[in-house]
Amino acid sequence: MNDPVVVSALIALTLGALVTYFWRFLGVLLSGRIDAGSPIFQWVGAVSYALLAALIARMIVLPLGPPLDATPLSYRLTATVLALAIFFASRRNLLMGVLGGAGGLILLRLLEPFW
Amino acid sequence: MKDKKRYDLVSPGQAFRRGLSNAFGIPVLVLSGSFIGFGALVRESGLTLWLGIFSTATGWALPGQIAIVELFSVGASLFVMASVVALTNVRLLPMTVALMPKLRVEGARRWPLYLAAHWVAVTGWAEMMTHGDKIARPFRLPYFFGYSMTLWGSTLCSTALGFLAADTLPPVVTLGLVFLNPIYFMLVFAADLRDRMKVYALALGAVLGPALHLLTPDWGLLLAGLAGGSLAFVLGRKGKAGQGR
Repeated sequence: MNDPVVVSALIALTLGALVTYFWRFLGVLLSGRIDAGSPIFQWVGAVSYALLAALIARMIVLPLGPPLDATPLSYRLTATVLALAIFFASRRNLLMGVLGGAGGLILLRLLEPFW
Repeated sequence: MKDKKRYDLVSPGQAFRRGLSNAFGIPVLVLSGSFIGFGALVRESGLTLWLGIFSTATGWALPGQIAIVELFSVGASLFVMASVVALTNVRLLPMTVALMPKLRVEGARRWPLYLAAHWVAVTGWAEMMTHGDKIARPFRLPYFFGYSMTLWGSTLCSTALGFLAADTLPPVVTLGLVFLNPIYFMLVFAADLRDRMKVYALALGAVLGPALHLLTPDWGLLLAGLAGGSLAFVLGRKGKAGQGR
């Protein structure tokens, strides 16, 4: 690894961090100017949850990078349903659900040669 | 491992320590898994160990970190990188706005909030949005700091671990580790569905996210959040009005 690459990577990562913190900074700034009991706060909360759900669904359904993008959608959806099923069947045990989802995907991949 | 965490806090120091210890367990486990995946990606992209650790310490929002590393390795311009990260992480703006009224104390100095904002990310945010009200107001900020410090410290270590172990991890293990993150986030939100507006927002976002991403990869996420959230807001208020409340 030569130094120019490290320097330009450092610039890229710093830029990314500044852009990321800018949203958080703006969030604190704006929150001070909106009345906490107002409907605007409810709306902002609803937008937050919708954004997060959109991101999570995008990560599962349309993963952008390796290694997830190399798995069939059917595997990812099966593992997701499995995670939800185990989670609710185990009375909302997060660990069981998470392990069921990740384990399910690993199993589907490992069993691939056999079907 | 049911949720047996306790929130009966009586002093800032105790709140900080309780935050530290409450994050141990599933949150640390899952985030560590995800950041091991990130560390491996840093290695595969030809960056150094310290650059990976720097990214986790300063960026502290995994989707944006992954985007930067991927874009850097394909030689994207700084402008493209900045715009993609801005769009990937714009969720942090409404998240921070929604969280701050829970953390702030009337008449207290504001700079600690600007400091705390750096650690606004899904796991710590969801913890405060779900359980914050159980904590006496003056102790919420120290609790959040403690909770975040455990997550921050463990993800710094796991970024390094993922970098160092990148060559030795079987691909199928990396696959499972990378999948932990979306599944965990999904279950965290599935665990708390009491509020009708939130349920609408999550359902609409989950449907619109992938659909709008196909239409416009750059703006899909933001549009899904704005459209899904606004529709959920309207439906949620209508529902409440219908119940006569």
